[in-house]
Amino acid sequence: MPSFVENWLKSAALEVQEYVRLVVAAMRGVVSRPIYRHDIIEQLDVIGSGSLTVVLLTGLFTGMAITAQSGLTLDQFGARAVVGRLVGASMIKELGPVLTALMLTGRIGSGIAAELGSMMVTDQINALRALGTDPIRKLVVPRMIAGFLMTPVLTVISDFVGITGGWIVSRFQLQVNTGLYWSSVRDGLYLQDVYGMGLVKPFVFGFIIVTVACHVGMRTSGGTAGVGKATTVAVVASSVLVIAADFFLNQILLTLLY
Amino acid sequence: MADGTTAEMNAVSDMIAAQVFAEPGAPVLVFDHVGLAFDEKVVLRDVSFTLLKGHTKIILGASGSGKSTSLKIITGLLKADAGVVWVNGRRVDQLTEREMMAVRADLGLIFQEGALFDSLTVRENVGYKLYEESDMPIADVDRRVEEVLGFVGMLDHIDKMPSALSGGQRRRVAIARAMAFKPRILLYDEATTGLDPITALTVNDEIIKLRDLEGVSSIIVTHQLRDAFYVATHSATREPDGAVRIVRATSEKEREAEFVMLKEGLIVFEGDADALRRTTDPYIQSFLS
Ligand SMILES: Nc1ncnc2c1ncn2[C@@H]1O[C@H](COP(=O)(O)OP(=O)(O)OP(=O)(O)O)[C@@H](O)[C@H]1O
Ligand SMILES: [Mg+2]
Repeated sequence: MPSFVENWLKSAALEVQEYVRLVVAAMRGVVSRPIYRHDIIEQLDVIGSGSLTVVLLTGLFTGMAITAQSGLTLDQFGARAVVGRLVGASMIKELGPVLTALMLTGRIGSGIAAELGSMMVTDQINALRALGTDPIRKLVVPRMIAGFLMTPVLTVISDFVGITGGWIVSRFQLQVNTGLYWSSVRDGLYLQDVYGMGLVKPFVFGFIIVTVACHVGMRTSGGTAGVGKATTVAVVASSVLVIAADFFLNQILLTLLY
Repeated sequence: MADGTTAEMNAVSDMIAAQVFAEPGAPVLVFDHVGLAFDEKVVLRDVSFTLLKGHTKIILGASGSGKSTSLKIITGLLKADAGVVWVNGRRVDQLTEREMMAVRADLGLIFQEGALFDSLTVRENVGYKLYEESDMPIADVDRRVEEVLGFVGMLDHIDKMPSALSGGQRRRVAIARAMAFKPRILLYDEATTGLDPITALTVNDEIIKLRDLEGVSSIIVTHQLRDAFYVATHSATREPDGAVRIVRATSEKEREAEFVMLKEGLIVFEGDADALRRTTDPYIQSFLS
């Protein structure tokens, strides 16, 4: 029994060590040559515009759902008019960043893990090395940069679409006046933690999603079955990490901002 | 101060090494008591051999005897547990991944499964190193890519994706990719396996031409004994009119191609084609028949 725990701890420590090593090497790859510009642009496109549809749909429906829910709750206090404030703040602080990150985990994280994983098991990563290319610079750095930059952009889009969805429900279902809704949203945005949380979180989440997926992908072994397993592991691990990071970021940012 | 002296000494020794390795018969590749195990499984126990410049080593052995593994150790894709490996006068077992890149510039490895980049076209695959890792002008790279694809008869497929090729076609593209940047050492892992006899012959002729006309040193891993003997017993000569002819090798030339047989992590045979044919070892005989 103790040896089982011991083994588990050992492999966990090794995993973390390898992850840190990859992240450090990738960071070094960001600031030193050679830099594969073409691949960075390609990944910005794949991760950015490729994820737009799914992010738009998630944002829209989330915004509409919480507006309908909040309307019911606020009615108990006769405060239906401030629904915009609630929707705006919760969309930007919590739901936008977290849900966008979870959607990207499914779409980007799994894709990266599967792609790098299959390159690993078919010796393509070794072929890159044999041809004089550092796979971290060629594959990991572009994905890391793209994930880090595009996740916040997609989150802001999702926030905006969600709040617009909220307006649709407010206007046509809750019968809240359009001007009232938007001014209430604007009031909500003056709270000082909104921007802090809304903008810091997606950078962190994007970083987590992409680095975890790259790490898992680059450690794939065991043929096509291994690729399937790597994909699952990448999605599960980064989803859990995103949600855990969300909790800790809330704690940290609340301490810092007040 | 001390650093400056070491750097100078390194520069001097690099220069001497460059001179030594420019001469014919230089030991371009040395395996000295190399051993490697994956966890419990010992793949290479104690393997030593030397490849001289312009010569050929043909590595034989049963499936799983560590042939592909040996080629990966040479390219630094795997690190040996024991022993010393020299490539072009550099101890690759001690180099970092970054330093290894310089050594790899002179090594062309044809992977057993091809390992073509499946997101790139045939052209981009073959020219990968020249497009991405060299300053060669694009037009020159294009010309070189077309030339090597011509060698392996794949020029018609230049704009296809690897997934649209047959197994043998993929293998030929892999050969072209390893040759494209003109490395002076080529490592062929089952280059002719799965090819029809006519294509296999053109690939063999190309291996012979690179060796005899360009001075390329080669390691050939194969189960196709027919191809192995063909490469060992033929040589290429350039006629006065510029045409290249493949002829039967002189017995002297034949001795430059050596067979090595791996079994249970050890070398159980080493010698030229003649010695291999005359061997009385029952295991090797059963391998040959
Ligand atoms: N990454 C790895 N992890 C664990 N074991 C490995 C790994 N790579 C190779 N092996 C083992 O090493 C041994 C030698 O493999 P290698 O690929 O060198 O064989 P080979 O001589 O090339 O065989 P074949 O003729 O079938 O290509 C095999 O038994 C294989 O199971
Ligand atoms: Mg093999």
